[in-house]
Amino acid sequence: MNDAVAIDVRGLSKSFDGKRVVRDLTLTVARGEIFGFLGPNGSGKTTSIRMLCGLLIPDAGEGHCLGYDVIRETAQIKREVGYMTQRFSLYEDLSVRENLDFVARIYGVQNRARVVDAAIERLGLAQRREQLAGTLSGGWKQRLALAATTLHNPKLLLLDEPTAGVDPKARRDFWLAIHQLAADGITVLVSTHYMDEAERCHRLAYLSFGQILTQGTPSQVAASSGLTTWVVAGADLMQLAEALQRLPDVAQVVPFGDALHVSGTHAAQLEAALAPYQARAELTWTQTQPGLEDVFIQLVTEAGEGKA
Amino acid sequence: MINADQSEFSRTFLAALKNSGYFELVRTVHSEHAAEALLAQGEVQFVVTIPAQFSRDLLRGERPSILVEADATDPSATGNAIAALNELARSTLARDLKGSAQAAAGGASAINLIIHRRYNPEGITQYNIVPGLMGVILTMTMIMMTGLAMTRERERGTMEHLLAMPVNPLEVMLGKIVPYILVGYIQVMLILVVSTFIFHVPIEGSLLLLLVCVLLFVAANLAVGIMFSTIARNQMQAMQMTFFFFLPSLLLSGFMFPFRGMPVWAQRLGEILPLTHFLRIVRGIMLKGNGVPEIWPQLWPLVLFMVLVIALGLKRFKRTLD
Repeated sequence: MNDAVAIDVRGLSKSFDGKRVVRDLTLTVARGEIFGFLGPNGSGKTTSIRMLCGLLIPDAGEGHCLGYDVIRETAQIKREVGYMTQRFSLYEDLSVRENLDFVARIYGVQNRARVVDAAIERLGLAQRREQLAGTLSGGWKQRLALAATTLHNPKLLLLDEPTAGVDPKARRDFWLAIHQLAADGITVLVSTHYMDEAERCHRLAYLSFGQILTQGTPSQVAASSGLTTWVVAGADLMQLAEALQRLPDVAQVVPFGDALHVSGTHAAQLEAALAPYQARAELTWTQTQPGLEDVFIQLVTEAGEGKA
Repeated sequence: MINADQSEFSRTFLAALKNSGYFELVRTVHSEHAAEALLAQGEVQFVVTIPAQFSRDLLRGERPSILVEADATDPSATGNAIAALNELARSTLARDLKGSAQAAAGGASAINLIIHRRYNPEGITQYNIVPGLMGVILTMTMIMMTGLAMTRERERGTMEHLLAMPVNPLEVMLGKIVPYILVGYIQVMLILVVSTFIFHVPIEGSLLLLLVCVLLFVAANLAVGIMFSTIARNQMQAMQMTFFFFLPSLLLSGFMFPFRGMPVWAQRLGEILPLTHFLRIVRGIMLKGNGVPEIWPQLWPLVLFMVLVIALGLKRFKRTLD
C-alpha cells in the first residue's frame, strides 16, 4: 500500500431499488490533495462519498481508503475520516460547545475540554459558545460543522457540498481553511456544483449519471475537452444566439453577461461556420480558453446524447 | 380443584361447573399448598375444595361446605363467575338428592358455598386498575419516545453524521434506551406514590423485585420503539405504529377485559405482548405478594420478547442508510 495515496478505489458500484446510482467509480487521490467532485444534482456524488467513508457498502468493486479496505474495515475508516454531510447534521437543540463536546467524546479525543475550547476559539465562536446550534446563521453553521469534523484530526476530510447556500465571503474563508488543512497534509475530497470552486481544487472529477466523465487538474480537464470557444459581444445577442444554435458545428451557445460563449469541438469547422457572422461589423469576436463550465456543459450534453 | 371426596355428588357438581361454560377444570391437585401456588402464579382463577365428608354430610342433610377461593385481583372477572357458581350449587344437586336429604335441605341450597375472595377481598376495582395502569402508561410513553427519538434523528439528518462517526448500532441503541429507562422509573415512582397514597393500593410483595421487573418491561418497550423507528420514515409514521402496537396491548393484555374471558385466538395473541406478562407480574407482586418463583413464568417471556426485538432492531438498523 502506497503511503502517498489516500483514496484508491476501483469499480465501485451502487444501486438503489435496481437503479444504478454509481457505476464503476475508479478514483485515486494523493495524500494532501484537494480533490473536487463535480456534477449536477443526482449524479451520485453523495453516494460515492458515503461509500468512501463506510456509510454504504458498495455492491461491487474494491479499494482502499487511508490504507483500509472500504468494504471490510469501515470501522477503522470512520475513525480517521471526517465527514461533513450535505445537510447540517449537528444537534440543533444543543449549544455550540455541547455539540463539539459530544463529537469529541464519540471520537474519544484526548484532553477533550482543551480541544473543544481551542476549536471554539479558532472558529471565533467564543461569544456564541452557549448559543443553540439551530439558531446560528448558515455560514456559522457550516463553520461549526467543519470544526466538528476536524476535531479528531482526521487524515481525510470528505465534504459533501459544504458551501451550498453560503454567502461568497464565507465561501472564500471556507476555502482558505481547506487549503490550510491540505497544507498540513490532510487530504480533502469536496463535492460541489460551483464551477469557481472547482478551479480551486488541485484535481477534480466530473460525475454524471453515476459515471466519471473526466478527471484531472482543472487545466487538463479544460484542455482534454478539445473545445474551442469564442466570445462574441455586440447588439441583439439573443437573436444571434438563436441563429448560431442552428449551425451544425456549434456545440453550444451560452450567454455570459453581455457576451455569448460559442463553443465547438472542431476548431476549423467552427471557424468556417462562424465566418459569415464574424464579418459583421457590429459584433466583436475573440477566442478564449474554454472555461470549466463550458467543458462540463459539453460533457453533460454529450453524455445525454450518448444515452438517447 | 381439590376433590377429597370421590363420589357421585362431587362429580355431578364438577360436571355442572364444566357444563356451565364459565369454568374450565384446569387440573386436580391433592394439597392445599399446591393449589395455593397455582393461584399465586395465576395459573388458575379459582380453587374449589370439596371436603372428604362431602357426600356423607350431604346425604345426612347437614349442608356440607364447598370452599371456593377466587383470585379476585380482577373483581370483574371473578364477580360474574361467583354469581354463576351460587346458582349452580343450588340447582345441580337438587336432582341427585332424593327423599330425606331433600327434605332436610328444605328447599334451600343443599350445600354451603364458602367463597374466599383472595388478594382483594372487597373487590376494589382500583386495586386491579391502578397497577395495570402503570404498565399501560409505560407501554405508550416508552414506545413513542424512542420511536420518535430515532426518527427525529433521521428527519433532521443528524443520524447520518452519527453513523459516519465511529459508533456501532448497538451503542446507538443503548444510548437511546438508557435515558428513557430513567424517565420510565420516574413515571413508575409517580404512579406508585399515587397508588399508595391516593388509591391505597397495597404493595404486598417486594418493591425491589417490582422495580427490577419494571426495568425489564421498560427495556422491552424501548426496544419495540427503536425497532419501529428503524421501519418508520418519519415521526408521523412512528406515532401511528406506536398506536398500532398500543391498542392491541390495551385490549388483549387483560387490562381491559379479563384475560380468561377472551377467545382463545385473542389469548394467544395476548401472550406475545409484553404488557400481558407485565400486568400479571405487577398484580402478582403488589396484590398477591409474589416472589421470583411465582412470577418466573411471566418473566422469561418478557426477556425473550426483549431479546428478539433488540436483535430484529439491530438487524434493521444496520441497513437504515442503505
